[in-house]
Order: sequence, then structure tokens, then C-alpha cells
Amino acid sequence: MKLLFNIAWTHVSTRVRQTLVGMAGVAMGVGFTIMMAGLMQGSQIDFLRQLVDTMPHITIEDERRSVPTQPAEQEYAAVQMADIANVGKRPGIKYPESVMSSLRSWIPGDVAPSVKTTAIIDHGGARIGITLTGIDPRREVHVSKLAAQMREGKLDDLSRAPNAIIIGEALAEKLGVKTGNTVLLVGGQGTQLNSTVAGLFRSGLKRVDESQIYSLAGPAQVMMGQNGVINQLRLRLNDPMAAQKVAAQVEAQTGYKSVSWQEANADLLSTFTVRDFIVLTVMGAMLLTSSFATYNIISTITHEKRQDIAIMKSLGMREYAVRRIFIIESVIIGVVGILFGWILGYLLCYGWSKITIFNPLTGTTVPLQIYYSAMHYVVAGGISLLCCAGAAYFPARKATRVHPVEIIRGAS
Amino acid sequence: MTEVALQAVELVRRIEGDVAHTLVNGIDLAVNKGEFVAITGPSGSGKSSLLYLLGLLDAPSEGEVMICGQPTSKLSESERADVRLTRCGFVFQFHFLLPEFTSLDNVLLPMRAAGKMAEGEMRERGLALLSSLGLAEHANKRPNQLSGGQRQRVAIARALANRPEIIVADEPTGALDTKSTEQVFSILRDIADHGQTVIVVTHDPALAARADRRIHIVDGKIAEIAMRDGGELVCEGVS
Repeated sequence: MKLLFNIAWTHVSTRVRQTLVGMAGVAMGVGFTIMMAGLMQGSQIDFLRQLVDTMPHITIEDERRSVPTQPAEQEYAAVQMADIANVGKRPGIKYPESVMSSLRSWIPGDVAPSVKTTAIIDHGGARIGITLTGIDPRREVHVSKLAAQMREGKLDDLSRAPNAIIIGEALAEKLGVKTGNTVLLVGGQGTQLNSTVAGLFRSGLKRVDESQIYSLAGPAQVMMGQNGVINQLRLRLNDPMAAQKVAAQVEAQTGYKSVSWQEANADLLSTFTVRDFIVLTVMGAMLLTSSFATYNIISTITHEKRQDIAIMKSLGMREYAVRRIFIIESVIIGVVGILFGWILGYLLCYGWSKITIFNPLTGTTVPLQIYYSAMHYVVAGGISLLCCAGAAYFPARKATRVHPVEIIRGAS
Repeated sequence: MTEVALQAVELVRRIEGDVAHTLVNGIDLAVNKGEFVAITGPSGSGKSSLLYLLGLLDAPSEGEVMICGQPTSKLSESERADVRLTRCGFVFQFHFLLPEFTSLDNVLLPMRAAGKMAEGEMRERGLALLSSLGLAEHANKRPNQLSGGQRQRVAIARALANRPEIIVADEPTGALDTKSTEQVFSILRDIADHGQTVIVVTHDPALAARADRRIHIVDGKIAEIAMRDGGELVCEGVS
């Protein structure tokens, strides 16, 4: 092996310009792949963080995932019921405090009750449909980042004015309202409520900031026309990624539909999957393309070294050993190129992280989010090395299959 | 009793294709250990083809090559490579040294490929070989820093590296001046005198006359064999 390495090293070290071009090709491929991976994952993680911070990790709603069977159906196989109407059924979760107490005993996180309803907010001629969530400010801090997202006022201000509400900055801008202004809320059953804007929040998610309003549970229950009702339990977990698993367990325990943040955003997450696939394809293509430089170099060397190949074979070196020389050459080019690619990748990531962009959704200027991961370096380097070895294998195999007598006769 | 180093039995080498051509046509030959055999013949007579078959560089279409009594026709390409590496040494018309390597590294190449000696032992032998061929001071020079004769002597040293039983040389003096030709032939003669078998293809009748036996090939067949009888080669006809 030492002999093969020596020959390979001699070949690449005596072709400095060609070797450097090959290494530069590999370095560029690896460097830009690392940058793309860091940028892509950074933006994705940042987005998910905002999503996870804004939303409850699990929402328990006062509905069932499928229509429950009737007692008669359960008792008698011959009974089949259809078109059953819910007449006078009171909405809401039954015994919410008891359910919460039970959940707190085992879930790795916390739970808070809320009342969710829809309404229209009316101010200065503008009428906008919104979601009103009635919360308990003392418990809310355990299940959401709303307190930290407040731009004006505090969560506790909900208790300091009659029918106080907190609205998103974007919605406030649309309505032209400021903290302290009064707006009219109109419920589904025609209930009207004059409310005071006690504060403004910004979650960073436009659809939330434009359509979400928070109040105490009481005003929300009034808008629903259901005093005392709790129709949502919101859970926040220590590990947001465990939400799907915990949601399934919660649903199995309570019978209520439990929606994890992943399920609630399934369409968005599937878009990420498609985006990941596209980006991975592009990165793979970049690495593959960079290996063409190596292919070109090894092809040239094997062509120039046909005579040497013939001589080594005539001296008794086996075909695979000679072939290995050229693969080692490619690996040398690849390894050095990858090392430079890692440095380039880090510098590119660092450079990009210093660039700030204006986010029209949030109206803020933020730095590009870069995710630094050793895995990016390992994967980009590994794939690049495989591409280099593959790029060398084919010209090396072709060159070493030549019969030495043909070359020796030709040279003579 | 004389020991046979190399034997060819009804050796045939045919080139298949649109126009089939027979390069070697049923040659029987036995070369003794320590014998110096010269193969002569006009261009295209098949003497180099015969040499490549004898050195296992090429495979016969028919017949058998036996090295030290062992048949080789059923050997795989890798096994044939092993035999070439350890039992045959090749010298070609052109030196065919690896241009990026020094003389010593070129000589060490077959030893390193065989991997049977320690690095120090290999270097010692390589330097001794170069020294014995008058190249001690050129050990660290690259082929482009050497004259034609010196390069060919390095090639001979490389052929001798693994102490092969047989040295096959294809017109080793074909590209050399008179002085270098004389040197190379003297070296080959000396090798044979020290017990290694040498088979040389040459166009030069004067050099062939210094061999123990001269085999003249015409149209892929042995046309004439001359054996040394005292000081001169005496024609014995076709075997």
C-alpha cells in the first residue's frame, strides 16, 4: 500500500496545477454545500422555533376525532344508527380542571385552559374576522411565549380594564388602533362587547398577528354565549418534538381530539420535506459536478501514464493494485479538497450570518439564520469523497485493462 | 544433469480478427538454467511475440510454457503477474523507467511490489545492484538525468531486483550506442554466467554470436538453431 501511495503521491505532486484545480473543484463543492445546508437548516429551525414558540405544542379540543358509537350500538350488534343529531349538546370539555390535574401528573410539561371562539372586530369602519382566545394570564405563561411576545402592555393588563383584549401588532395596524383604544367585538350569536385594547403582541407569524386576539376567559365565554365553558386545553412540553407522541397518548386518555403542532402544520411541514428534497438534490448535484474535475484529472493522468501502467503490469503488479494507484490519487485530491472545503464552508456560513435582511412579515431586520452542524461537514465530505473515488474508478479501470504488450509494442 | 529453466511446448500465438494472423506457429523450445539464448530473425518474424509468451506477458493461443517445470497455461492473470514479479525480469528496448522516480526507486519498485523484504534490506540490495552496474553515484538521479546506456542499466538492475530465475530482454541494445551496447551485453552475459537464465531478442548478429545458443525465427517458426561449440556458434539445423 505504501508503494501505491508513493506512486500516487508522486503523480499528483508533479502535476501541481492540475491537482490544485481538482482540489479547488472539490473545495468549492463541499464549501457551498455546507453553506447551503447551514442556511437551509438555519432558516428552517428559526421558522419552526417561531412556530413552536407561538403555538401550543398540543391543543385539546372539545370534539372527537370520529363520531362516537351510541350505547345501543355497543350493546347490540343488530343495531345500526344513522343521521344522529346533537341536540342541545353543551360545548366544552367536561370537568376541565380534573382533566388538567390528571394530565399534569404525567405529561412532561404544563397545561392551561382556554376558551376559543370566533368574532368580528369592528373599529373605524373596518370589520375583520378574528379568533378570540380567552386565557388565564397566570397559567398562560406556562404554556406559551405570549408574555415575551408583548410589544406594548403586559398579560396582567387583561385584568385591569373591563373586557380588555390583547391584539397582534399587524391587526392593530390594519384597524388603526393603539393601546387604550376601544373596539367593538361582535360574536356569532350577535353578542356585542366593547373592549379595551390593553396591549399589543408580535409572534412573528403573520397569520397569527393579523387574526388572533386574547382576552380573559370571561369575555370569550360571553362572546360564545356559554358561561363557564372551557373548550380548549393547551399543552406546552419540555421537548416540542415529542408533541405527536404525547398528543396520541392524551387523546387515548381523554377521548378528546388532541392536535400536536406538527399535525396542525402538516401542510407546512410537508412543504419543508419537498424543500429539503430539492435542496438535497441540488447539493448532491453540486458535489457530483465538483467530482468531474477529479474525473478529468484522473482521465488525463491515466492517459499520460499508459506506458507506466503497462510497465507496472509487466513487472508483475496486479491490475487492481495499479487501478488502486489512481483511486488513491483521487482520494488525495478529494481529502485535501474536502479540508479546504470545510474551511471555505465555515467562512461562507460565518459571512452569511453577518448579513441582515428585512423581513416584511415581521417588519424587522434580522440576520440570516445559519445552523452550524458537524453533520453537514461529515456528510458533504463523505459524499464528496465517494464521488471522487467513483470518478477515478472508471478511467482507472479502463486504463488498467489495456494489455501491456500493446503499449510496449506501440512504444517500441 | 542440466536443469531446464523454461520450456515451450508447441507454442502458438494467433491474432484473431478480420485478418487472422499467426505470430508464433508451433514452437518447441527448452532453455537450461544459466543458459544465454539469443533469439534472432527478421522484423515481424515473431521473435518478440515469442519472448512475451516465454515471459508470461502474453498468453498463448495453444501450447504450454513451463517455468522450472511448472505449467502456466491454467494460471489466472493475477497468478501470471505473481510469476512475472518473482521469477521473470524484463528488459525492453526502451528503458521504460518511471520518470518521476529516482534510479533507486525504480529498482526498488519490483521489490516493494513483492513486499518480501524490509525497507532497509530492499534499499541495501537496490544500491548494491546499481553499484554492481556502475551506477552507484546515479542512484538518486531521475531517468531524464541519465544517458541512454545508464537508463538501460538501471532497467537491468530493476529486472534483477527480485532475483528472478529468468531474464527476458527484448532488443535491450536497440536504442543504444556502440559503447553502451557493449556494456549491456557484457552485463547480460555476466548474469548468465552467474546462473540466471537470459533470453535476449536481438537484431545484431555479432551480439547473438556471444550467446550460448542462437535461435533464428522466421514466420513464427524456428528456422535455425546454433549452439556454442568451443568459441563459436555452430549451426545445428532445426530442432
